[in-house]
Amino acid sequence: MGKIENLQTINGEGYQLSRLEKVIEIARSNSVWPLPFATSCCGIEYMATMGSNYDLSRFGMERMSFSPRQADLLIVAGTISKKLAPVLKQVYEQMAEPKWVLSVGACASSGGIFDTYSVLQGIDRVIPVDVYVPGCPPRPEQIIDGIMRIHELIKHEPLRRRYSEEYKHLLKGYNIETNE
Amino acid sequence: MSNTKLTNEEVLAKIQAKFGEAILSHETPYDLLTLEVETSKIKELIKFLKEDDSLQINFLTLLGGIHYPMNAGKELGVTYHLHSLVSNYRIRLKTFFSIENPEIESIVDLYVGANWQERETYDFFGIKFKGHPNLTRILNEDSMDYFPLRKEYHLEDATREDKDDRFFGR
Repeated sequence: MGKIENLQTINGEGYQLSRLEKVIEIARSNSVWPLPFATSCCGIEYMATMGSNYDLSRFGMERMSFSPRQADLLIVAGTISKKLAPVLKQVYEQMAEPKWVLSVGACASSGGIFDTYSVLQGIDRVIPVDVYVPGCPPRPEQIIDGIMRIHELIKHEPLRRRYSEEYKHLLKGYNIETNE
Repeated sequence: MSNTKLTNEEVLAKIQAKFGEAILSHETPYDLLTLEVETSKIKELIKFLKEDDSLQINFLTLLGGIHYPMNAGKELGVTYHLHSLVSNYRIRLKTFFSIENPEIESIVDLYVGANWQERETYDFFGIKFKGHPNLTRILNEDSMDYFPLRKEYHLEDATREDKDDRFFGR
């Protein structure tokens, strides 16, 4: 058995001591199950990212979860119309904690070129976003960089951050109920 | 199957003989006969074109709304494109009415395909089609409280605060 890297440990003959929290964080960040919510060209770039050239699987993301109930990371790639916004919010609400959101591309992040009556001007108007990937559409390298930043977040946030007052306040701001 | 080709002159003469004064104007841009018709007669005319044995203009290509805010009393309009699948002849009908009372007869009982197109026209221009079985919004969200393709409304999203309004039409 190899030793877990990047982890402050007390190593001895045949054993490795660490904090359970750190182990869980590393386990979580290396087995993220993404839910691709792809609506347009950013979705195509995301498919390339998943494909063998860029190979998202090597980061422990082999399984795309098309059920929000078994997903950890919501990847919103593409233009979200105002009519679709409640659906997106419902998908987010159905995901179990802990959960993260990656906004891929200009449209998901800000409405992009679609500054118009029918398009949601950024998904952060309905759900909280952890990482924004700019670009129209972003290249797979950029999407991978965004996912690396999600991994960093997962590795460095306290396990119970999501039960904190601050986080509850954030969700309340979006009118999302927390089951506490 | 009849091989008779319809000509613009022929069709226009037949329509004028039956509807006379209700045909307000006619032109043939790109050889496409285009009539402006009294709103009260439009449905009758479409029915006539469909059912007349010598015309058989029996297919609705599309219908859609339009808004000319400067045309006082005739701000809103509906355009119909009809096609004869028998003689491959096309015709365009236009009708205009006041924005104060935007009502027009529904043609769903003549063309079932007009159902969603009339809903779309209602959705974007607020034109009410009398006799439509289910005149509700079709593309926009149900909670929308205005008709976005009317010219008095800006095309841009009104909730943005990070752009200089002078350059973005708000």
